[in-house]
Amino acid sequence: MKILLTTFLCITTVLATSGDAEVSDQRDLNIPAIIMFLFFVLATLGITYWAAKRTKTAKDFYTAGGGITGFQNGLAIAGDYMSAASFLGISGLVYLKGFDGLIYSIGFLVGWPIILFLIAEQLRNLGKYTFADVASYRLRQTPIRILAALGSIATVLLYLIAQMVGSGKLIQVLFGLPYEFAVILVGVMIIVLVTFGGMLATTWVQIIKAILLLCGASFLAIMIMSKMGFSFETLFQNAVNIKGTRSIMEPGGLVSDPISAISLGIALMFGTAGLPHILMRFFTVSDAKEARKSVFYATGFIGYFYILTFIIGFGAIVLVSKNPQYLDIATGTLFGGNNMAAIHLSHAVGGNLFLGFISAVAFATILAVVSGLTLAGASAISHDLYANVFAKGNLNEIVEMKVSKYSTVCLGILAIILGIAFENQNIAFMVGLAFAIAASANFPILFLSMYWKKLTTRGAVIGGTLGLATAIILVILGPIVWGEIINGDQSKAIFPYKYPALFSVIVAFVGIWFFSITDKSENAKNEIAAFDNQYVRSQTGIGAQSTLNH
Amino acid sequence: MNQEIYERVKNNPKFSELVKKRSSFAFKLSLIMLSVYYIFIMIIAFSPETLGKQIGTGVTSIGIPIGLSIIILCFILTGIYTDRANNEFDKLTDEIKDDVRFDV
Repeated sequence: MKILLTTFLCITTVLATSGDAEVSDQRDLNIPAIIMFLFFVLATLGITYWAAKRTKTAKDFYTAGGGITGFQNGLAIAGDYMSAASFLGISGLVYLKGFDGLIYSIGFLVGWPIILFLIAEQLRNLGKYTFADVASYRLRQTPIRILAALGSIATVLLYLIAQMVGSGKLIQVLFGLPYEFAVILVGVMIIVLVTFGGMLATTWVQIIKAILLLCGASFLAIMIMSKMGFSFETLFQNAVNIKGTRSIMEPGGLVSDPISAISLGIALMFGTAGLPHILMRFFTVSDAKEARKSVFYATGFIGYFYILTFIIGFGAIVLVSKNPQYLDIATGTLFGGNNMAAIHLSHAVGGNLFLGFISAVAFATILAVVSGLTLAGASAISHDLYANVFAKGNLNEIVEMKVSKYSTVCLGILAIILGIAFENQNIAFMVGLAFAIAASANFPILFLSMYWKKLTTRGAVIGGTLGLATAIILVILGPIVWGEIINGDQSKAIFPYKYPALFSVIVAFVGIWFFSITDKSENAKNEIAAFDNQYVRSQTGIGAQSTLNH
Repeated sequence: MNQEIYERVKNNPKFSELVKKRSSFAFKLSLIMLSVYYIFIMIIAFSPETLGKQIGTGVTSIGIPIGLSIIILCFILTGIYTDRANNEFDKLTDEIKDDVRFDV
């Protein structure tokens, strides 16, 4: 999470202040980039056109008709996870701090086995389009859907702002396009992609981008290793010689005290299991078997990708950090900041053509991740709020799909407006807050609804709200918002830890537990009685929504 | 879904066998993953120099193979679970479904 924070901090501060000379420099270099970039735009429109013809029902729109295979879904999930922020951010962090980058990669990965063991197949067996379907399975629809939708929309919007601002800055540097133009371009592209192509187009753009990114990163890593005689020792030896210190070989204090360490671990693990755009992917496969395979492949691809970023970060130390071509002479730092390490490295090992390729893949990454987020947000609005709360489930799917398309357009426009509004704001806390909300509101309700018989609507609503509120309040009182943004110094924070998850997740679980066991209403009795049937379905898939069109 | 089928599943001894086997397997694997991760995090928090120790005479620290092993462990554990669930557990689930339908 911190790496994402670092990424956006750097992208917003360093890139925003980078000189015009450098931007025009990049523009001169990037003719192949512009060509490949245009090719991606056209390819995306082509996929959208293809997908639009196949997207007729609400099921098609939300879940690509449920016909995605485990392998394809594994690539798509990996694609959601391998955002531009994690590719450029983690390699940038390794470039700067060495070993610490690996700590964050591991944190991001360990959530996946837990998701597989505890929630993946249950999610598939109980849900239809959104994770609120699962949470509200035996509880009262209206309050649970509203809370789950709020949790989803909050997570999506925070993530969306961070991605939009990051992408505007990135496209500005990579292609020399003005910031506003870049943000509007991304916004319009996602509106077209999601509105017409739905989940099918979103998934395929994500799959293609994941393959290209994995290939590009593999090529980078192989080129580095071939220059090092395929010896890690030589790579690390060279890096240590250039840095002049062995500190990059050991933990360097990014995670200093035990509370922060545990809290970050909880945020990454449970937050991942509560991100609506990730959870939604489990409904695009046909059954629990494919759902499990999805996680298996996704974990493999993500793990492999993190190993590559580690090599890339060290490769950048050796091949880029002393090359005056990539350095700002005045400060001796990389053009565009540390997050540009992988971009400069692609030029160092593959020339203009490969630089163009990696830049265009970075753009495709932004597009794919933002599309997934927008679709998840639109589903929460149309499926949870409109169809099940406002229309009480009495809505035909054609109308529901129309509502989700309008929601997509609104979210896209909102993303453009927020992207421009937050251009020069400190948005470093937003991804952290998104993970904290996902971990403290979405995850506890989802998890307990699957496993704890005595969960009642009252417990879920009060406990979930407490978790949500605690996460938001602690982030506001924490080092970044209260300290840095309001008082100009991180140490002035009222709440000393950057990651509130340890506290807010406990508040949520205790709150849900307490207000459930003290709930003696008639309604609560019915909800508890309904657990057994739900459990049969979650364990066996009997009665589960078959998403395949027979 | 009708209540009668749910009752039959619940009363089928294979259902309790499935739930018991899968829960204990998922729990054990989760425990392995969580212990490994939190031990790693605790070493970073309390004794970072342990991970910084050199291997032999080179500059490479033991933290690097350990970190990479955790990444590989994630993949192996998901593979082990998926393999057993997609074969043994799904077979058991299919048997339960057959039993229930046969009775109907």
